Amino acid sequence: MSGRVLVGVKRVIDYAVKIRVKPDHTGVVTDGVKHSMNPFCEIAVEEAVKLKEKKLIKEVVAVSCGPQQSQETIRTALAMGADRGIHVEVSGKDYDSLGPLQVSKILAALAKKEEAQLIILGKQAIDDDCNQTGQMTAALLDWPQGTFASEVSLEAEKIKVVREIDGGLETIKINTPAVLTADLRLNTPRYATLPNIMKAKKKKIANVKPADLGVDLTSRLEVLRVDEPPQREAGVKVETVEDLVAKLKDTGKI
Amino acid sequence: HPAPALGLCLSGCRGLSQLAELPETHQLLRQTCRDYADKELIPVAAKLDKEHAYPAKQIKELGSIGVMAIEVPEDLGGAGMDYLAYCLALEEISRGCASTGVIVSVNNSLYVGPVLKFGTEEQKKRWISPFTTGEKVGCFALSEPGNGSDAGAASTMAHQDGDHWVLNGTKAWITNSWDASAVIVFATTDKKLKHKGISAFLVPMPHSGLSLGKKEDKLGIRASSTANIILEDCRIPLDNMLGSRGAGFKIAMQTLDSGRLGIASQALGIAQASLDCAADYALKRTAFGAPIGKLQAIQFKLADMAVALESARLLTWKAALLRDSKKPFTKEAAMAKLSASEAATFCSHQAIQILGGMGYVTDMPAERHYRDARITEIYEGTSEIQRLVIAGQILKEYQL
Repeated sequence: MSGRVLVGVKRVIDYAVKIRVKPDHTGVVTDGVKHSMNPFCEIAVEEAVKLKEKKLIKEVVAVSCGPQQSQETIRTALAMGADRGIHVEVSGKDYDSLGPLQVSKILAALAKKEEAQLIILGKQAIDDDCNQTGQMTAALLDWPQGTFASEVSLEAEKIKVVREIDGGLETIKINTPAVLTADLRLNTPRYATLPNIMKAKKKKIANVKPADLGVDLTSRLEVLRVDEPPQREAGVKVETVEDLVAKLKDTGKI
Repeated sequence: HPAPALGLCLSGCRGLSQLAELPETHQLLRQTCRDYADKELIPVAAKLDKEHAYPAKQIKELGSIGVMAIEVPEDLGGAGMDYLAYCLALEEISRGCASTGVIVSVNNSLYVGPVLKFGTEEQKKRWISPFTTGEKVGCFALSEPGNGSDAGAASTMAHQDGDHWVLNGTKAWITNSWDASAVIVFATTDKKLKHKGISAFLVPMPHSGLSLGKKEDKLGIRASSTANIILEDCRIPLDNMLGSRGAGFKIAMQTLDSGRLGIASQALGIAQASLDCAADYALKRTAFGAPIGKLQAIQFKLADMAVALESARLLTWKAALLRDSKKPFTKEAAMAKLSASEAATFCSHQAIQILGGMGYVTDMPAERHYRDARITEIYEGTSEIQRLVIAGQILKEYQL
C-alpha cells in the first residue's frame, strides 16, 4: 500500500494547565492560556511519519480545523516529519460549537479530495474526551476502522491492528482505505529536532474553508452550562463491616 | 545561513518585535527543548548532581535533537540556526539541569564556535562534524593556575620541532575536560610579542603528552567535569594550529564574547527554575491561614525576581540579535552575562528564602539552583571583567 495519509492534529489547552471555568459558565477560559497539540494527535503523527520512513506510504498530510493559531499545531506536525499541511479555517462561534460531527464531515471530504488511503487520528482529544471523530469519519466514508490502536502493521493490502479494549488486546485485520485512531501505547512521539524545525519552514500549509468542502458547520448540540466538578468531600470512617453496610443503606447507596 | 535575511536586525521595528514575540521556528525550538528538559532533565538533575555524573545519555539525545552544534551549517552536521535560537535552547536546557546546560554551552560556544569561525575547511570537517551528535564533546583551555582574568599572561608554551608543535604547561578549570575528545589550547608561540604572541591549537583527547588533573569537587554544576589539563611535551602536527600564528588572544576574546551569551542563557535557566520553584511553593504553602503567596513580603520577592530575570533575558536576546545581524555586540553581551548571572544568584537566593527551611534541604531543588548559580558570576569572564568591558565600551562611545 502506498499513497497519502491524512493525520488530524487538534489544538487543545496544554495538559499541564490548571483549567478554570469562565464566570458566565459557558465554557472554560482559553484566552492567554497555553495550548499545544493533543497528545493522542502527536502519537498519530508519529505513526504516520514512521510509516513513511519505512516507505510504506508516500506522503503525510497534517490537517487541523480551527482558528489562525491552529497553524502552529500544523507547523509542529511538519517539524515532526509531515510533508504538508491543510488548515481548515473555523473561528468565532463556529469554532466554539465545532465538534466531532462537523470535523468528521470535513475529514471525510478532505480524504476524498486528497485521495487519501489512510486517516490516522488520536483516539480522543483531551479537552472534550469525545472519542467519536475517528468512528464518525469511518462511517461517513464507509471505510473500516481500527480504533484504540496500540500496534499497527501493514500487510499487503490490509492493515493489522492490535486494539486496546476493556478485556485486553484484540487483533483485527481491515481493508484499506481505513481510519485508525491512536491509543497511548502505539508509540513514543519524537521531539521536533532542530534540522526538522528548519525544514518545516519550507513546507506548505494550504488554507481551506469548510464551505469549500461543502460542509455545514451547524451544531446539533447546545451547551447549556459548564461547571467545575463538585469539590471532593471528606469521607467517614466506620469501625466494623456491619456499620459500613448500615451507612451504605442509610445513604441510599444500596 | 541567511540570518540577516530573516530580518533579525534592530534597525527597524521588526527587530524589536523579535523581542516581543519570537518567530515561529524559535517558538517550536524553545518548546522542543522545554519538553525535553521537563521529561528527561528535571527528573534526573538531582541525581546527576549528587553523583557528579556526566549525563552521557542526555547529551547524546540532545545531539540527535540538534542542540550540540546549533550554529553549525547542516552540511557539517549542525542545525544551521542562529544565535537567538541557541540562547533559547540553552536557557530551557539549563532550566532542567544547569550542568547539562554548561556542557552544551562549552561544546557550542567555546569549542565548535572558534573552529567554525577560524578553522580551515579541512579542520572544520575533522574537528566539528564528529562533535555535532553528542557522541563527542570538546573543551576550551585558556585559563591557567597563574592566570584567569589576566588571559594575556599565558605561560603555556608552544615551540616548533620539525613538523610538530610541542606544547608544555598547565591549564586550569577546564569544563568538560574528563569527558572531552578534543581541546582548543592557547599557548605562547612568541613570548616577546606578549598577548600578540599567543596561538590556538587543536589537540585530540586522549593524546600522549596530555594528562588530566583530578576532577575538581565543586559547589555546583557537579555533573560537568572540571579539571586541570597538563601538557608535557605534547606533540601535535603543524596543521593543528587554529587560525594564524599570534591570533590566539583575538580568537579567545572573540570566542568568549559569544560564550558570554551561552552562560547568560544558562544563568537565565537557573533563575527561571528558581522562580518556578518559589512561585509554586508560595501557592501551596500556607501560613497564618492562607497561602504565603498572599503575603506582600513574598509577592515583593517574586516581583523582584521576575523583573531581574526578564530584564536579563531581554538583554541576552538583544545581544543575540545584534550578533546574528553581524553588528557589534561586545557591550551588550557583557551586559547580558553580568545581569543574567546576578539575576541567577539573586533569584536562587530569594527562592531559598521563600521556601524557608525546605529551601535548605535536598528534597527541593532550590538549594541546587543556589549552588549552580554561583559559578555564573565567575566563569567565562568574572562580573568584574564584564564591568570593565562595559565601561570600556561606554567610554569609547562618549569619546567620539
